Amino acid sequence: MSPTAKPSPSRAAESIAAWRVDPQVVAVELVDVSFSYDVRPVLRGITMTIPRGKIVAIMGGSGCGKTTILRLIGGQLRPQSGQVRVGGLSVPDLEPDALYDLRRKYGMLFQFGALFTDMSVFENIAFPMREHTELPEELIRDLVLMKLQAVGLRGAAYLMPAELSGGMARRVALARAIALDPMLVMYDEPFAGLDPISLGIIGQLIRRLNDALSITSVVVTHDVYESLKIVDYLYFVSEGRIVASGTPAEVRASSDPFVRQFVDGAPDGPVPFHYPASSYREELFADVD
Amino acid sequence: MSTEVAAGIAYWLRRLGGAVTGAVGQLGYASRFLLAVLWHTPDAFRRIHLTLREIYFAGVLSLVVILMSGLFVGMVLSLQGYETLKRYGADEQLGYVVALALVRELGPVIAGLLFASRAGSAITAEIGLMKTTEQLAAMEMMAVDPVARVVAPRFWGGVISMPLLAALFSAFGIFGGYIVGVRLIGIDSGAFWGQMHAGVDFWPDVTNGIIKSFAFGAAVSLIAVFEGYDAKPTAEGVASATTRTVVVSSLAILALDFVLTVFMFRGAKLV
Repeated sequence: MSPTAKPSPSRAAESIAAWRVDPQVVAVELVDVSFSYDVRPVLRGITMTIPRGKIVAIMGGSGCGKTTILRLIGGQLRPQSGQVRVGGLSVPDLEPDALYDLRRKYGMLFQFGALFTDMSVFENIAFPMREHTELPEELIRDLVLMKLQAVGLRGAAYLMPAELSGGMARRVALARAIALDPMLVMYDEPFAGLDPISLGIIGQLIRRLNDALSITSVVVTHDVYESLKIVDYLYFVSEGRIVASGTPAEVRASSDPFVRQFVDGAPDGPVPFHYPASSYREELFADVD
Repeated sequence: MSTEVAAGIAYWLRRLGGAVTGAVGQLGYASRFLLAVLWHTPDAFRRIHLTLREIYFAGVLSLVVILMSGLFVGMVLSLQGYETLKRYGADEQLGYVVALALVRELGPVIAGLLFASRAGSAITAEIGLMKTTEQLAAMEMMAVDPVARVVAPRFWGGVISMPLLAALFSAFGIFGGYIVGVRLIGIDSGAFWGQMHAGVDFWPDVTNGIIKSFAFGAAVSLIAVFEGYDAKPTAEGVASATTRTVVVSSLAILALDFVLTVFMFRGAKLV
């Protein structure tokens, strides 16, 4: 199938099935992708490959377009140019039904969990099962408890989201993301705002679940230290372009100025400390009407 | 004409044009949104527990404010009506006047305004906050359409609740009118109910009130869900969407009331 052909829902389902059994199919592929919000360019010619079964981190400063990449993979946004392929399917060309078929194979962890606040922890995890399967309630109960056990929160099954700490909410959201045994899990800033213990727990869970369930993971983050411990490959994005990439060992040894600034946490460098502005002297001494 | 004046006029014309095209675009978006909601109506009724839950939140939880307001409006109407009717020696017509004013006009309109303030604003704030906290995006990524799961049940919950609330408002208003007119002022109870029974017809008086309340319920519910869904995902965005829901709904109710009344009177004349 040509990458730009519009697959029908049934063909999409076939492709998704092929993705599960064919190890040669690349999980996610972005080819020369550009995207703008109105006239503001966010991504400029991004090309990246995410192999099956690996954890790949997309790193960069705030507002560099990391989350936009996830939204493009999820089909929530369409690129202005370039190709976004998941399991060999061209995501922007999918009809709505086919896109929804594909999304059933996704799991996504949002930055602050995005738990449904009117449902308990149990109901949150049961939600995708009830929406997409005809499983009996007894089986759903067992599956939910298994997912909660995997993230260590079986005891919190009947708490409401408002009663959870930030780290617990993130773990519940992770349990919900894997509720339907997805093939691809996307993590949007999974480490943001967590204490060191929760941060370590989430990092280990991402690695363990990825290996245990043979899924592919895309982690958007700016937490270098935690990412280097768990991911297989990293892409660095700055101003909408990929400026560096490599394995954790390559990144640690890299002398690339951007990578060094990012890894060392230097306030100034290729990413300037100051937002672009006119001359400081001119602005200070300018006449104010 | 100086260049500065011409530039000023051009600037204001551009702003006016921008505002008009923006409003037309928003209207088109709202129309498409309504079509999407109607398209997903079977989903709202297939998962009836979701719609029943919304009837509870929009309808049952609005009961106190609706019933209390109806009672007081009926009491005031009775007092004012008595003072006027007494001048013409027609004070026994009080029951008729109170009932007619309530079922035809005040019941649907005031219940609609209260519904917009209490339930409409709550629906907008809830959907807006779901958007802000990425709950709607999470649903989309789980291959669940938020319009089917979140919007359609709330829309139909509002549409179903509103006529019931308006009917209860009118009933409590009549009861309030009875307390003041019969119990406090001393109008004959038989005359109060008898005049009402003789003068108020189910068709067209009560039916017109029901039609109005359905129309107001649909308008308020649509505005509430649309504003919530379209809200900017920030605290300020949700706050201004909530305000817009109350303002636009109130104006829509009053404008719709005029249009519907014109058609209803015209229909009555033809009959």
